[in-house]
This record gives sequence, C-alpha cells and structure tokens, in this order.
Amino acid sequence: MAPSLEAPDNVEDVLDNPLKTSPNLVAPEPEHCPGPESEAAGKADSCAGCPNQAICASAPKGPDPDIPLITERLSGIKHKVLILSGKGGVGKSTFTTLLAHAFATNEDNTVGVMDTDICGPSIPKMMGVETETIHVSGAGWSPVWVLDNLGVMSIQFMLPNKDDAIIWRGPKKNGLIKQFLKDVEWGEMDYLLVDTPPGTSDEHLSVNSFLKESGVDGAVVVTTPQEVALLDVRKEIDFCRKAGIKVLGIVENMSGFVCPKCTHESQIFKATTGGARGLAKEMNIPFLGAVPLDPRIGLAADYGESFFDAYPDSPACTALKGVVRRVGEEMGIKAEVILPED
Amino acid sequence: MSLDNVKNIVLVLSGKGGVGKSSVTTQLALSLSLAGHSVGILDIDLTGPSIPRLFGIETATVTQAPGGWIPVPVHAANPTAGIGSLSCMSLGFLLRERGDAVVWRGPKKTAMVRQFLTDVLWGEIDYLLIDTPPGTSDEHISLAETLLKNALPGQVAGAVVVTTPQAVATADVKKELNFCVKTGINVIGVVENMSGFVCPNCSECTNIFSKGGGEVMAMDFKVKFLGRVPIDPQFIMLVETGRRPVYPIGTEINGLDVGRSEVVDNSGDYKDPGQLVEKYKDCSLCPIFKDIARDVVNDIESTKS
Repeated sequence: MAPSLEAPDNVEDVLDNPLKTSPNLVAPEPEHCPGPESEAAGKADSCAGCPNQAICASAPKGPDPDIPLITERLSGIKHKVLILSGKGGVGKSTFTTLLAHAFATNEDNTVGVMDTDICGPSIPKMMGVETETIHVSGAGWSPVWVLDNLGVMSIQFMLPNKDDAIIWRGPKKNGLIKQFLKDVEWGEMDYLLVDTPPGTSDEHLSVNSFLKESGVDGAVVVTTPQEVALLDVRKEIDFCRKAGIKVLGIVENMSGFVCPKCTHESQIFKATTGGARGLAKEMNIPFLGAVPLDPRIGLAADYGESFFDAYPDSPACTALKGVVRRVGEEMGIKAEVILPED
Repeated sequence: MSLDNVKNIVLVLSGKGGVGKSSVTTQLALSLSLAGHSVGILDIDLTGPSIPRLFGIETATVTQAPGGWIPVPVHAANPTAGIGSLSCMSLGFLLRERGDAVVWRGPKKTAMVRQFLTDVLWGEIDYLLIDTPPGTSDEHISLAETLLKNALPGQVAGAVVVTTPQAVATADVKKELNFCVKTGINVIGVVENMSGFVCPNCSECTNIFSKGGGEVMAMDFKVKFLGRVPIDPQFIMLVETGRRPVYPIGTEINGLDVGRSEVVDNSGDYKDPGQLVEKYKDCSLCPIFKDIARDVVNDIESTKS
C-alpha cells in the first residue's frame, strides 16, 4: 500500500489548541497522536490501544492554568518584541543583541532578553556572560545582568558544562520556555526581546500561546538576501499571519560586503529574487533596512562586546541605528526616545 | 525496508543554523556523483527544507508507487562520463505552496522522519546523505533512534559536522559533537565552511567569519578535520540562477589558481545550459569537495575492512 501523507494543513488546529500542562505519558506518542494537550486527547481513533489513552483522557482540559500567572508576571513589561526568522544563521541573535544594546543606551530604559533557542543558545556568548549562572531567590529566578539596565535569561546559564548538548524533545523545551516566563523575576521593564530558534515548531508555538494573553507588540523578521534564505523566511511570515502575530518589519542582514583592501562591494549572498525589499513588498510588510556584512560584527559577537560601542563610526553601525529607529517607529515610539541622534 | 539497498548512510549535522549544511550536502553529493558513486539525499529539515531549491527542482513532485515514494531524480547515471546517479527526497516536494509554513510539533515531526526513513524507495545506491535541521531536538532524536533500530550493522557510516569559523557558531556545534558522542554516532569529520572570502575584484582574502575555529574544535574533540571551504559567490549564483562559474585570472582559492577568464561579466543572471553536476566542475569549490569526498569515502572504507 502506498504511504499516506496527511497534508500539512492543520496549522490553525495547532494554533487554536492553547497549551495545556502536558500529562505524564507512560509511552511515546503514537504517529497520529492528536496531541496529549488537545481536546481529542484519549478519544481519537488513533488513541485506541495507546498505553497513554487513560492518562490523556483524564487529563484536565481547558486553557493552561499557568497562562494567567505568566500574564501577571509580565504585567510590568511595557513592550514585548519577538525576533524571528525561518532560516538559521541569518543573525537573529546578533540582531537581538544589537537591538538590546541600542535600547539600553538610554539609561531610563530597562531591557530584558529571553533566549528561547534551547538547543543552540547564542545570546550569552554574544553578551559576554557565557559563564554566569542563574540565582534563585524567593521571588523567582534572577536574570543575568549584562548592564545595569540589561538582563538576560538563557538555558546556557543552567548547564554544568558549557558544551553540553541539550537533547530535548518538544514538550521539555516548552516546559522550560514556560518557566522562563513564569518563574523569572523580570520586574518592571520597558522592553522584553524574545530571541527564537530557526523554524516554525514547538518553541514558536509555545511563545505565541504563552504571550498571547499579555500581548506582544510584534515580530521583527531577520533574513539574508539570497532566495535559499527567503524561502524559509516566507514560511515564517506565513506562520505569523496564521498565528495573528503582527510583523513589525523585515531586516536584511549580510547585505553586501565591502573589501577592506580595494573597497569593491561584493554581493556575497546575492539577492537574485529581490532580497528582503522584494519580499517585504510581496508580503506587504514594512522593510526596516539593510545591514552590510562587516566582519567586525562577528568579532564583537565572539568577544561579547557591544558593536555600537566598539565601532561607532562604521557604516554597519549607521545602518543598524537606522533599523533600530525604524523598529521603534513601527512600535509607535518616537525615534529620538529610542536612539537620540548623535 | 527502503534502506536495505543503501550501502552507506552519512548524516550531515550542525548545531548551528545557516552554516551551510544543505550546501555542503549538495556539494558532497555532487562530488560523490562525479566520482562515480550513486547518491541519494534525504532532507529532514521539515520546517525549512533547502535541498529542492539548491538543486533547482522546486516544482518537482514525488511520485507514489506501490510500496512507497519514488525520490525526485536530479540526474541519471552516465557510465561513460563516470558519473553516478543522484536523487532527492524532501518535505519541500510535498507542499502545495512553496511559501506554506509547516507548523508541526514534535510527535508529527517524529512520524514524518520515520516515514522518510522507511517509505522512500531509494533502490540500490552507494551513499545516502541525510541533511538535517539545526539543533539537537525532535528530528535528530528520531533520526538517531530509527537508524539505531532499523539500519543494518555498519550501514550508518557516521556524521559530517559542518561549522563556520567564528566562536558563536562553534559553541553550538560543540553541543552537536556531544550529541554524537551520547547517541553513539561516529563523527567522520568536521568541515569549516565560509572560511574566508576572496574579493572578485582584487583577489584579497578576507576572513569575514574569522578563521580556523573549525580546525581547533576538531582538534579539541579529537575528530578528523576534513577541510576549509571558502565563500564563493559564484557557487551561490550557480545554484540560484544556474550560471556556470567563471573566475578572473589570478583568483587563488586554497592555493589553487582557478582563474580562467580575462573579463568576468557578473551582471547577467542568465542560465547556462547543461546539468548542475557538469557546471559544478567549473566551480572553485569542486576540487576542495573532491578531496573532502575522497576523505569521507576512504574513512568509510577503512572502517569497513
């Protein structure tokens, strides 16, 4: 018999099923599992004969009781922004770091960064706090403070050895993301930036359902110019549409490289199909700007320095500041409040 | 089972995204094919499949046959030219619209990975390269589990781990190497991708993402270092538009002079006729991957004997 493939059309179903506490299963979910959190859990046709059937059927239904707790915990945060991209290695974490540093230049602002990339956390290294650990107090987990007004939370802070692999399936990742939102003492903050892993899977669904209630300003989508990247980014924007996340705009990273010797500009990742600008037009979303490929951005990230402080006069820095202001504008914050002209 | 006639299975892994897993898979497949081996590529990056795009076969669809799916052929074997056949399977071929998001939670991804491993009719092939998404999560666990359960002894040759040189990337890739240790997957070696960029105007090499990080990491983990692959925009043009790579005279890549033409016209986005595998021979990265493919083959053969 020819194998069957269920058409991947149940996105809405997945999104409509609010996250609930997962029951403790005694066996792996079967292939056509409706999901232990879904309404049909324990009752679907595919549940017949599953060792988990009784557990799933008796599990509490309805919205996750932790969502009000999360909403309460995050009530002191004014703006929440997601940084997304379907593609890996396009600069999500780099851009999150730069955005956080830019917002934090105004001393009146308090900025938080939450790294939801569980299997490949990069934020701690880029912020230069890789070796820190989390402190736990009665009020919850304290974020690691990079600056007086810039706090970070990442799984990296919880690993005994920094190179340990985190071999986790979806539900475990969702559990940690929930803890990051529920148990971390974020306090009063102006901005919370949420860095995400590539793709459109568990982490993204969880972040979306946990934050829906407390409200998200929107998502900044990062891409590189070539079609291989845009292909995945298009999927991410489709995801945002379906999930009802507002797309604040799209940033084109690694756009052009100027040779330090002859100043000839090469399009390394050539925009053969119009790049991010073309995609923004096609999908009808704002284009926030293009940031050139500057080897010093990567160096600053490796050393955990702020690129803005290290190379304030570079063209990449000017471009980035422009993008930061545009992000602010899309959030309805005046450019001079975000980043005063210097 | 569909993997029964596959001689060797090679995984292409990286903890980090966007380091070039898919482009390394592509080039490794082309090089193995040029060396006369028959090759299959299985793309298990479900939420961001890139293989269909890289081979320019995005509009292709998978044929269902009794007993399973027939993978999409890229080119047939050409025994006179010494080229082996190449075919691919990817979720990209099963989507209705190329922009459609695939929003799947773990169990669904696990089921798909399993189905890809059991229901694709590869036929007799020498190498099956499995391209993976970044990370160490559902797809990887399912892949490792299914292979452990279903593969014949000695069939899973191991993993080629891809990284870029900068510390931010190697930090994640080290996690992947530890994943291989924990799951008992043999690491064939490490490829350092995007290692340096040669300016097409003045032939100056700039290390955009620093240099040497992959080699140091391979040394730290006592695994073989397979080589350094520079950034070549001509390769990107080749896969994106189908243009045959041409380099200005004096272009040196990894010590090899690849320049052929006095004047290089970089403006046109025209498509040259011919098969990708033919055109790839003109790419500066082809000799580098020839060596990498040779090392991979030698490593596999030596462990077998």
